[in-house]
Amino acid sequence: MNLMEYQGKELFKRAGIPVPRSGHALTPNEVAEHIEKTVGEWVVKAQVLMGGRGKAGKIKFANTADEGRAVATDILATPMPGNRQNPQGEEIKSLLVEEKLPIAKEAYCAIAIDRTQKKPVIMVSRFGGMDIEEVAEKHPDSIAKFYVDTAIGYSPFIGRELAFESELDPGYRKQLPAIVGALYDLFFRYGAKLVEINPLVLTSEGRVFASDAKVELDDDALFRNPEFAEWQKHLPLDEDEQLAVKAGLGIRNFRRFDGNVGTMANGAGLAMATMDAVTNAGGKIANFLDVGGGANAERVRNCYELVVNNTGAKSFFVNIFGGITRGDEVAKGIVAAMKETTSRKIPLVIRLTGTNEAEGRKILADNNMTPVETMDEGAKKAVELAQ
Amino acid sequence: MSIFLDKNSKVIVQGITGSEGSYHTDRMVKYGTNIVGGVTPGKGGQKTPHGLPVFDTVKDAVEATGATHTCIFVPPPFAADALYEAYEAGITFAVCITEGVPVHDMLKVVGTTPGMRIIGPNCPGLVSPGKASIGIMPGHVFTPGNVGLISRSGTLTYEVVDLLTRAGIGQSTCIGIGGDPIIGTTFVDCLREFKNDSETTAVVVCGEIGGSDEEDAAAFIREHMPGTPIVAFIGGRNAPPGKSLGHAGAIISGNFGTPQSKIAAFEAAGVPVADRPSEIPRLLSERLAVTA
Repeated sequence: MNLMEYQGKELFKRAGIPVPRSGHALTPNEVAEHIEKTVGEWVVKAQVLMGGRGKAGKIKFANTADEGRAVATDILATPMPGNRQNPQGEEIKSLLVEEKLPIAKEAYCAIAIDRTQKKPVIMVSRFGGMDIEEVAEKHPDSIAKFYVDTAIGYSPFIGRELAFESELDPGYRKQLPAIVGALYDLFFRYGAKLVEINPLVLTSEGRVFASDAKVELDDDALFRNPEFAEWQKHLPLDEDEQLAVKAGLGIRNFRRFDGNVGTMANGAGLAMATMDAVTNAGGKIANFLDVGGGANAERVRNCYELVVNNTGAKSFFVNIFGGITRGDEVAKGIVAAMKETTSRKIPLVIRLTGTNEAEGRKILADNNMTPVETMDEGAKKAVELAQ
Repeated sequence: MSIFLDKNSKVIVQGITGSEGSYHTDRMVKYGTNIVGGVTPGKGGQKTPHGLPVFDTVKDAVEATGATHTCIFVPPPFAADALYEAYEAGITFAVCITEGVPVHDMLKVVGTTPGMRIIGPNCPGLVSPGKASIGIMPGHVFTPGNVGLISRSGTLTYEVVDLLTRAGIGQSTCIGIGGDPIIGTTFVDCLREFKNDSETTAVVVCGEIGGSDEEDAAAFIREHMPGTPIVAFIGGRNAPPGKSLGHAGAIISGNFGTPQSKIAAFEAAGVPVADRPSEIPRLLSERLAVTA
């Protein structure tokens, strides 16, 4: 679960990381009201999960309430334009209105999880305010890293080392260890996968602030912080994610593409290999669908309807290799989908093997369905039937 | 010889009376695994339908049975606790089947349990064909032989094993290491064991997009196993970039973790990469013929 900037900053505030004075607003009038209450210069920022807001013109400045209203209206007028990661773009539903900082320097600070080292990694760079991918490419040596031993946790020397190693402006040095420490506490306490401050601003008065906040929480750890369930309601799910949730799947278990061969498999690895098999057979995939482990008959039926009703599939290839998933349950689900569905019917190709294979095959045979033997054979047949 | 597990390994099941625990215990017992008992707090003193003893704690189970291996079927909030309990009781080999274990729990567990080999979490376990199985893999597709197999995906493991068996190629040990960002045992850990296993003469590595485990495996092979016949497969080659497909780890960002970078790394290490799983047996036979 990725948090919006205003949500991330709420967590920063709780952790004791200095953030600019700010207010969350849903309308241009709320932006104006906020500006009227206080003195100073302001920045109005679109609250979206996509990056690249500045370049897209979705961060603007205002000195008066009227200016605030005008720039807010302007930002809200169009959605965030699409990019490679998110071709559909993103609707802008709210804004953050925030004190404009007198920026002297910008730096970068983040904590992520390193898969290879199996440790949290703290990263600091003197190049802040730009894409970290760009920094990694242009100035790879500028990113100082520290891998934290989880048995020890954070200690202030780490912040000092990182400040010196990354050749941060001396103005940061005294404040960095405490800020990184607070960020580590937040990362650890909420079970985050990523926390990022970009830029970490040094003001002309010598104070350090988190000017932006990126927080990715671990969905698997949300049960420990029930308050985030409420936050989650305010986050955008894209259409595929909404459809997946409606069908009783995890939000990452379904993705649509513009092909004509529908697929379903158990396990993400086999589901991806099934997509590859269809592509290799000369077909175009309509979707990715991982029915999940231990799927029962009802989930299988929901998945069938999900693909038939929401993609351009002209045939449907179900590829099941049972482990924890049992062949008889899958077969029951397929039979139920065929008998009970009110959806249009498309040719179905089934490959069913593994746990309880014999029982599953019997259920299919009793209903006049014959499974294919291999994944390649099933993919080929499904591609032919989609023509 | 197989790695990690043989027919004499004494195995307990944590969560043995739960629905998945009892179902898969039955299958493991039928496969020939030396299951010596199980643990469900509050049910100590009972017997399973197989007549296996149930204990309240792992400590009790280890004291009574001498178990060294455990298979964990407990819900995600309790998985780290189950691993710690096993560690403190002296278990040296743990397979964690549980899906959805918080990443930070695993960070802590792997950083604080030196000496205990953990497979998973979110994995199907491992099979030493003809000897023993710990986990949820369908035993009937495996056949004993000399090819080691390591895979990030459970179901893809079954798929590839089935293809190998049908092609007459037996396996020494097959391990599903799990697709989570933080796992106990990586490709490299398994390769190191296979390298020292006299019975394993060739290896299949089944990876997928995302992360850099495959690149790390390729680097290890290049340096330490240059003469060993090894074939790789990368799942998700046709997944559109930028989208996360199922596994948290299967995210392509930049040029890191892409199918191209993984394929290039393997090819640079002299490891052919199959376009599809069904090509693996042929590529492996060719590599075996060259080195024979």
